[in-house]
Amino acid sequence: MKKEQGPILTMSGIHKRFPGVKALTDVSFRLFPGEVHALMGENGAGKSTLIKVLTGVYAIDSGEIELSGKTVHIGSPQEAQLAGISTVYQEVNLCPNLSVSENIFIGREPRRLGKIRWKQMHAEAKKLLEDRLQLHIDVTKPLHSYSVAVQQLIAIARSLNISAKVLILDEPTSSLDRNEVKQLFQVMNNLKAEGLAILFVTHFLDQVYEISDRITILRGGEFIGEYAASELSRIELVSKMIGKAFVELDQLPKVRGTASKELSDVTAEAVQLGRKGAIEPFDLRIHKGEVVGLAGLLGSGRTELARLLFGADRSDEGILSVHGATKAIGSPRQAIDHGIAFCSENRKTEGIIEELTVRENIVLALQASRGWFKTISRKKQDEIADEYIKAININPPNPEHLVKNLSGGNQQKVILARWLLTEPKLLILDEPTRGIDVGAKAEIQKLVLSLSDKGMSVLFISSELEEVLRVSDKIAVLRDRNVVKVMTDDELSQQQVMQAIAGG
Amino acid sequence: MVKHHLFWPLTVLGALLLFNLVYSPAFFRIELRNGQMYGSLIDILNFGAPLILVAIGMTLVIATKGIDLSVGSVVAISGAIACLLISKGADQNAFGLVMLAVAVALALSVALGIWNGLLVSVFGIQPIIATLILMVAGRGVAQLISGGQIITVNSETYNYIGAGALGSLPFAIYVVLIVLLVASLLTRRTALGMFIESVGGNPTASRLAGIRSRAVMFAVYIFCGLCAGVAGLLLSSNVSSADGNNAGLWYELDAILAVVIGGTSLNGGRFYLMGTVIGALIIQTLTTTIYIIGVRPEITLVVKAFVVLIVCLVQSEAFRKTLVQRFKMRKYPLEQEVKRHA
Ligand SMILES: Nc1ncnc2c1ncn2[C@@H]1O[C@H](COP(=O)(O)OP(=O)(O)OP(=O)(O)O)[C@@H](O)[C@H]1O
Ligand SMILES: [Mg+2]
Repeated sequence: MKKEQGPILTMSGIHKRFPGVKALTDVSFRLFPGEVHALMGENGAGKSTLIKVLTGVYAIDSGEIELSGKTVHIGSPQEAQLAGISTVYQEVNLCPNLSVSENIFIGREPRRLGKIRWKQMHAEAKKLLEDRLQLHIDVTKPLHSYSVAVQQLIAIARSLNISAKVLILDEPTSSLDRNEVKQLFQVMNNLKAEGLAILFVTHFLDQVYEISDRITILRGGEFIGEYAASELSRIELVSKMIGKAFVELDQLPKVRGTASKELSDVTAEAVQLGRKGAIEPFDLRIHKGEVVGLAGLLGSGRTELARLLFGADRSDEGILSVHGATKAIGSPRQAIDHGIAFCSENRKTEGIIEELTVRENIVLALQASRGWFKTISRKKQDEIADEYIKAININPPNPEHLVKNLSGGNQQKVILARWLLTEPKLLILDEPTRGIDVGAKAEIQKLVLSLSDKGMSVLFISSELEEVLRVSDKIAVLRDRNVVKVMTDDELSQQQVMQAIAGG
Repeated sequence: MVKHHLFWPLTVLGALLLFNLVYSPAFFRIELRNGQMYGSLIDILNFGAPLILVAIGMTLVIATKGIDLSVGSVVAISGAIACLLISKGADQNAFGLVMLAVAVALALSVALGIWNGLLVSVFGIQPIIATLILMVAGRGVAQLISGGQIITVNSETYNYIGAGALGSLPFAIYVVLIVLLVASLLTRRTALGMFIESVGGNPTASRLAGIRSRAVMFAVYIFCGLCAGVAGLLLSSNVSSADGNNAGLWYELDAILAVVIGGTSLNGGRFYLMGTVIGALIIQTLTTTIYIIGVRPEITLVVKAFVVLIVCLVQSEAFRKTLVQRFKMRKYPLEQEVKRHA
């Protein structure tokens, strides 16, 4: 690191308010060439907003941005890109059906006489991926044929142009598994060595310490401080983020296990349930009050399994019974009627209704199950919304806020509230803590445990093995779209489960 | 206040009225003749009634991310079938006959709505294509019904619907009020409104939340067909005749425009019934104004298009932002430098 060079980017005295919300108050931020800088803070602290004002998505109310020592005014993301700031936003917008190279060059395809020069485009895309990201793939294939991690790298490639001096990554790892995170970090280290300044947002403390040189902390839209990563302990970091002395968040036992529980009633049972191309036939039994974890790599079929149980996709073989009776569940609606709820991992495309308010998003599933005419009165809706906003700490605590204006983590909480409200017998949670801050994550884990104590069955999917181990009574391990093992009691250790995942 | 969804529509309507006030003060005069009110304002409400009706139905369709291009044809069909039935009657004034004609016309409109709903929600055809079918075919059906000619009826009972007065106001205004009331109750007192906005905002998420989006889509296309049917009755009864060729021509475009001016986005989601009503009134006022100030007929459409363009620009947040930014940018001389960087 050559700090003597002086910062490439300096933001000072930044203010940004949205109607009713002070998103940023007098925030400063510096970025040096050749460093990875973590931007930390709770959900809604203003991280994404800081990035968006820097890249011209939002205009700042006041404050100054200097790039390479010169004051700049960045009016749009295009201008930011031209000025050398490359960004991958929290909500990545790639087109899964287009080829990799189209995704990289979309909107700026090399053309001659108006016609896209495909050969040149593919060649350039290939070169870019190989030279800068060490990624060797077939760029003519559609994007969706690659894993999320690779897609993430492609998003980076798209944003990186030759003159890039600053790379911004807003929660790039929230949907990656261990190995993929490693791959991404490798690339980040290379870019850093090339002298790029990287701004990185994450809620995973381990990753912060693994990759970053310095840390800036925001809380409630205010600048708390800038620290060298090596000089800030984990505990200090967290307490600075949440603003109170750090209470041990990991009070839950590391591994749960069934031992203490008496399992009698079966909530749901799948017998040789399967769907071609999605998941091979599997058996799974979920008891009343049991938390079943699904572990496996991305693409191992975890989500596909969950979608079958919920009727989001139709099974083409096997039997699903709920409370002992065989049910043909052909639609989410039917699943909901049988007391099943499914919290999707894609909050933007399959979760929130952006244009509606927090209140409406919360009552939506309950209202849907009651039909058109048994309306939940407005008064009741307000009560419900207030109750859940308090219970799971949705911020800002305003039920009439549009969901699209909430921070990513808070949107996630809204969807969780929507399903809790339906009081399901079986709650399927697909990556429920994705994008959620440390404090809230522990809260959600505790919530899952207390729900199961009250008799709710939970199917818990997460890429974080620690988390799955912590809440699950038993764990079904998936590999290559197969349920390869169901593990209980003594088998529930990090090492054994990892072995099962890897196929040892 | 600027944030309120009715702010811009009302401002535009106000501006139009103000223009008229300055241009011809007689515009605002309302006379009582035989206990009935007359005047340009009443005319706007009266002649605007069919458009308002069609636009109300269109609002709900657009809110689901759909569109209904067939409304103009449905207007023509509904008027044609009603007039045909009445013209075949022995006593054209008979209340029973007129009611029967009205009922048949409305039933047919509902059936056409079901047809659209079927194509869109069951067969999954894109709304613009699905309704285009009926837009084209429907004109033909209307001409078939009317035998390619204008059917005239001689029925005071029927004529009352579109030209009569209840108290001192035109009957058509009450029809609009009733439909508006029904639409509001249906969408705001039941959960239908929330479901429509949800389906329009994010269909996938809505399905996963357990909303029967097919049923919702069916409902809005049927309602839209019904609204167009009522509008057809108002139009044809007002002139006591049905013209399969020209009745309701270009109504779909005016209706879509009214919806958009009223603040409902073509991307679906939030919808504003009152906004639509004001949007339709703006269009009708504009038409009347152009007529009053005597714009040459050849260029009326151009003038109308120009005003509509301005209305849309004023409403567009992006446009307002750009204006404001262009203004602000002068304070940032260095902005140029960043650009040159490229
Ligand atoms: N477009 C907007 N309109 C209104 N309020 C907004 C808008 N965007 C963000 N906010 C508010 O600004 C605050 C900061 O949000 P931001 O997205 O920056 O949080 P974050 O730190 O990125 O959180 P997360 O970790 O959950 O992603 C939040 O209270 C949010 O509700
Ligand atoms: Mg964020």
